[in-house]
Amino acid sequence: MSETPILRVEGLQAKVADEDLGILNGVDLTIGRGEIHAIMGPNGSGKSTLAKVVAGHPGYEAVAGCVEFRGEDLLELEPDERSRAGVFLAFQYPVEIPGVSIANFLRTAVQAHLPEGEEIDVFDFADQLTERMELLEMDPSFAERHVNDGFSGGEKKRNEILQMAMLQPKLAVMDETDSGLDIDALKVVASGVNKLAEEDPEMSVLLITHYQRLLDYIEPDFVHVMVDGRIVQSGGPEVALALEAEGYGVYDEAGAA
Amino acid sequence: MPQNETIQNLDLDDYKYDFITGGEPVYRAQKGLNEEVVRQISKHKEEPEWMLDFRLKALEIYESKPMPKWGGDLSGLQDVLEEIYFYVRPQDRMQHSWDDVPEEIKDTFEKLGIPEAERKVLAGVGAQYESEMVYHSLREEWEKQGVIFDSIEDGLKNHPELFREHFGTVIPTGDNKFSAMNSAVWSGGSFVYIPKGVSLDTPLQAYFRVNQERMGQFERTLIIVDEGAQAHYIEGCTAPVYSTESFHSGVIEIVVKKNARFRYTTIQNWSNNMYNLVTQRAIVEAGGHMEWLDGNLGSKLTMKYPSCFLVGEGAHGEILSIAYSGDGQHQDTGGKVVHAAPHTTSSIVSKSISKGHGRSTYRGLCKVYEGAHHARSNVECDALLIDETSRTDTYPYIEIEENDANVGHEASVSKIGEEQLFYLTSRGIAEDEAMAMIVRGFIEPIAKELPLEYAVELNRLIELEMEGSVG
Repeated sequence: MSETPILRVEGLQAKVADEDLGILNGVDLTIGRGEIHAIMGPNGSGKSTLAKVVAGHPGYEAVAGCVEFRGEDLLELEPDERSRAGVFLAFQYPVEIPGVSIANFLRTAVQAHLPEGEEIDVFDFADQLTERMELLEMDPSFAERHVNDGFSGGEKKRNEILQMAMLQPKLAVMDETDSGLDIDALKVVASGVNKLAEEDPEMSVLLITHYQRLLDYIEPDFVHVMVDGRIVQSGGPEVALALEAEGYGVYDEAGAA
Repeated sequence: MPQNETIQNLDLDDYKYDFITGGEPVYRAQKGLNEEVVRQISKHKEEPEWMLDFRLKALEIYESKPMPKWGGDLSGLQDVLEEIYFYVRPQDRMQHSWDDVPEEIKDTFEKLGIPEAERKVLAGVGAQYESEMVYHSLREEWEKQGVIFDSIEDGLKNHPELFREHFGTVIPTGDNKFSAMNSAVWSGGSFVYIPKGVSLDTPLQAYFRVNQERMGQFERTLIIVDEGAQAHYIEGCTAPVYSTESFHSGVIEIVVKKNARFRYTTIQNWSNNMYNLVTQRAIVEAGGHMEWLDGNLGSKLTMKYPSCFLVGEGAHGEILSIAYSGDGQHQDTGGKVVHAAPHTTSSIVSKSISKGHGRSTYRGLCKVYEGAHHARSNVECDALLIDETSRTDTYPYIEIEENDANVGHEASVSKIGEEQLFYLTSRGIAEDEAMAMIVRGFIEPIAKELPLEYAVELNRLIELEMEGSVG
């Protein structure tokens, strides 16, 4: 690949901040423009930690290796700067912000993404929000609700997709977006992601998941398996299918090597 | 004889509403409080004999009462009281139209940011400049309906019987040391009467500010909402910063008669050297409905507990309050509800935000007398701490003499969580803005009850306070 990748992770080691607890033990991963990657792995393998380190969660600390986003050192940037650069993290557990409406939250976020000195046009914003909600088949009244406050699991995840649709990232990291969803909710969320990927073929996606199930609805170009803080296998969609058939057990022995 | 003194140029901090206009008070009493000062005030106001007696009796009670030992730290107060002027009167008489209002005072409103249109449109703006009403207008239809919206002095002059029947009945002189002080030296404030069955759609608004160094402000407001009437009164104020301590001690008395509904809204943003000790109470008769909406920002120490005495069957009282304490500030606030009749209901929702070394205290009382069967009360107080050094305390006193009563209390203390901040910043929102957003969300249940311009102002103040809060 000659062009600069969207994301390049090399030899990344990371630990829990303020603790001597290493989680990532040398992760290598390169994602090109418009590619959809999936990282699968058992609980505790470090796949969610990778997502958080990429987004800049203050609870984790990179101790070795590098993370580059479009050729720039991502680890130097604050979380808000990473977002404005084009990184988006769909949370596994979206956080409640009582008293703040989704519309207000999104307006503030969209404003933050504008170049310095440029003011958001409230009418354009309203039109854009309406259009994005239609695309994702959401009821307009949803935008008046307080961010994640009292939401069902499915509503929380749809809210993440709506934010992604409004912020139009260059890299969307989806941390166990499928967890806690029944099959209908999963289909709705997956179809939202697919629509956004179709709309912007240059957007890259990193799916983090425990199960093959999500990959039935969002088809990845590459699948990686993470065990004990390392990527132990990479390949095409067939890797996920093999994993579905055999389980993570096979890596237990391999992981020891 | 009145003496003229020019306000000197003072060194000002960069406080948001910090400015001085060159008003020349026509009369100013001597510093400190004594019988002579009280007699001068009463004489100057050409009051009837009974009011002078009332004031002198109050002075005696004030002097006999010790400083409260509970609440905030009042140890520095005595020195302040010896240095302040207990009476300042900027002009000889009331202004009746906007054109008569001196440019200087208009300038003051300008700086306070009251929009031009609003000044004229807002019906019945009673603006208190220094201690008295200088501008006072009342919509014609209200006059036709028999609504009285006067300065407290004119209330006494023009409606002596109605005034005397209710004055000092809701908050007796001896209720506490500061109600006694106010009763001795009160000056300025509003007198409002809403006749039976009259319902006002537009709120009555009073805007006042303290504009002179070492000038104590002792406003006194008396509001009578007659049977079946409905109204909303709004009072907001901002005060400039002075280099010496300041003091404010108001008394607000409200009578809500049978089946009447009344809401009293106030946002106070005192300068950070102000002792703000206010007594405000409503008596609510059968089927009546009283709401206090109270916001306290600024001041060095605020002690304020809006109260509802539910004396008639089915009366309802509500207290919604927000307090913000920054460095060196203590907001000791809350509410009191007293259930003295059957089927009375009440609710207190109190939210406080403490930042830096700020301290917020919730102090509340819910009392249910024997015989107030089927009384129901719910108290909810939530505290938000911004920094490790911030402090909050909760003192919910509950006294129940009636078996058949239902009283609930919920309290929560939260900190702005790392996860909340990360969630917002991961969407591109800068950290201090994220912080302000979380705080705005926290007070939203109360802010949404405010008239729009006040909610906007409150949010703007919170934003200013949150700036630079991220280390």
